[in-house]
Amino acid sequence: MKLRSWGRLSEEEHPYIPLSRASSLHIEHPDKKILAHGMGRSYGDVCLNPVGNLLFTRDLDRFLSFNPVSGELVCEAGVLLGDIQRIFAPKGWMLPVTPGTQYVTMAGALANDVHGKNHHSQGCFSSHVNWLKLERTDGELITCSPSEKSGWFEATAGGLGLTGVIKQLSINLKPIESSWLDTETLFFSNLSEFFQLSEESEANWEYTVSWIDCSSNKHKRGIFIRANHSEIPGETLPAGRKLGIPFVPPFSLVNGLSVSAFNQAYFYAHKTKRGMNKSHYQSYFYPLDGILNWNRMYGPRGFYQYQLVIPRQAGQPAIDAVLDEISTSGQGSFLSVLKTFGNKPSPGLLSFPLEGVTLALDFPNRGKKTSQLFDRLDAIVKEAKGRLYPAKDARMPEDLFTNGYPNLSQFTAYRDPGISSGLSRRLMGW
Amino acid sequence: MKRYAIVGATSAIAEHCARIWLTKEDLDLTLVARNKERAESVVQDLRVRSPGSVIRIIEGDLVTPSSIEDIVREICQAGDVDCVLIAHGSLPDQEACQNDLARSANELSVNGISPALFAEAFANKMSISGRGQIGIIGSVAGDRGRKSNYIYGAAKGLLTRYAQGLQHRFAGTDVVITLVKPGPTQTPMTAHLSDEGPKMADVTAVAQTIVNGMAKERPVVYAPGKWLIIMMIIRHLPRFIFNRMDI
Repeated sequence: MKLRSWGRLSEEEHPYIPLSRASSLHIEHPDKKILAHGMGRSYGDVCLNPVGNLLFTRDLDRFLSFNPVSGELVCEAGVLLGDIQRIFAPKGWMLPVTPGTQYVTMAGALANDVHGKNHHSQGCFSSHVNWLKLERTDGELITCSPSEKSGWFEATAGGLGLTGVIKQLSINLKPIESSWLDTETLFFSNLSEFFQLSEESEANWEYTVSWIDCSSNKHKRGIFIRANHSEIPGETLPAGRKLGIPFVPPFSLVNGLSVSAFNQAYFYAHKTKRGMNKSHYQSYFYPLDGILNWNRMYGPRGFYQYQLVIPRQAGQPAIDAVLDEISTSGQGSFLSVLKTFGNKPSPGLLSFPLEGVTLALDFPNRGKKTSQLFDRLDAIVKEAKGRLYPAKDARMPEDLFTNGYPNLSQFTAYRDPGISSGLSRRLMGW
Repeated sequence: MKRYAIVGATSAIAEHCARIWLTKEDLDLTLVARNKERAESVVQDLRVRSPGSVIRIIEGDLVTPSSIEDIVREICQAGDVDCVLIAHGSLPDQEACQNDLARSANELSVNGISPALFAEAFANKMSISGRGQIGIIGSVAGDRGRKSNYIYGAAKGLLTRYAQGLQHRFAGTDVVITLVKPGPTQTPMTAHLSDEGPKMADVTAVAQTIVNGMAKERPVVYAPGKWLIIMMIIRHLPRFIFNRMDI
């Protein structure tokens, strides 16, 4: 079957092999290198394996146990984050960390060690994982945790699926009083204000995120939204009809004109919402999940997401330089996401977050023009000792990866010789 | 608490129907399985989803009439059953069946006679209580025989006639019979049909269609709904065209 990842940059043949509970990796797949594949929501080639086999984990979607006192949930690899939120939020529990989409599997979230709007208070996804069960292609089964066989745990959390196939995991859910959040929307008109708001908010607000308008280099304005779980149980949200993009338009709907118009409109739309509000977790955590197949709007050539993190000390000047570079190039992206990461250490050897500031931007694929812009952005990131997020990446140069991830050689020792991905061949040689 | 029963606990379609039912309300649910051990993890999962529900497994031979009778008696002893979903089955290898009559007989029995006998046993109990719903999982394959799976198709076709008969028998009463006809669905039963995966329907969507159709007390539910149109066309194709098709 032809398969694309979320960025729609490539479309290559992959055999369709569903992974079953009973199947044993080393007996069933001796010939080609394999890779586990969940929902294919990562943007580049970290979830693809065009010359090998993909094992689809979605059938492994059972819960094993839930402890209503401690909040410990044990589940299989293919359970969706959205299933957990939908089933447990009404019972007063929620995932402690969630990325911007709920359509990802638990094992995918762990293998990419995702983060959320509460990184400064809760750390990464893997910070909340108690243990995981890994199957190696030679048949070995490994159960590991931050305290037992911790080397395996650190390699597998954020290990991009390369250390084995994650079959089960245990995570601690977080108790909540309500499915609603109390939010506050603020404005900033330059980066200093953004950093000041972040610093002020981190102690008393669990979630912070901001949208920055990078279509103009005159003013680096943005919207800063901070939130806490509400203590008042609200109503349940009616299951509304989802909007969707039903087909791939012949060209990208995201271009200079639409970007500045959209950013302008979005900015003013939020002006009316300034101040305190209430948001349901669905719309606060997953605004884009409301639009099915939103990735199609970038047209047939697909799009890149560029997500960087810059260590705290170098943060402001580097982000400043990146935003200038983008607005000069005229390839501004839709609302870009800017957020500070806290000082909670990331458990994984290849986990992306580090203390500092992260910026995520979407760019329609315009070929050479786009890759030249990326080269210039790469230089800024490298200079500032930052790194890019593999889950979003389809093109970073090898040296940026090796410099950005100093634990890479330690990680390589844990790789499964029977597993390989598009990304691992591009950045690690095999 | 309403009382539900599912025959074929490890059927992926049934498992997903159970998940939907249990998210709506707590149920007293009995799962009938050929192998208790394999059904155990289904129950574990359902208990996490719905800690307030009472869920049990009955293990038994699903083919022998006396065993079917025992199983249904055990389920109904504790009280009237509100809803039964008969979901067990297997997808046989057509060619292997053609070369092995014993295998054919077994497949016809597992996919046709056994579900019909379960429906009969539950129907008899429901005729006494005067109410209840029976969902029987047939298949689009039962709508017209074709060379690539007519053993399976014949068994499922049996269920079509069987359900019609029951519907006739209970017309005008509070006993409701729903025949479900799923199209090809992505489940472990179809996993060996590799590469067809993504073209097949998603099992959660199929289960949702079934649950909705049963809630509306529809006599026949195609899942996904498009198969109603497709099978209408297939059924009405003249034989000289149909027989030339390689399906």
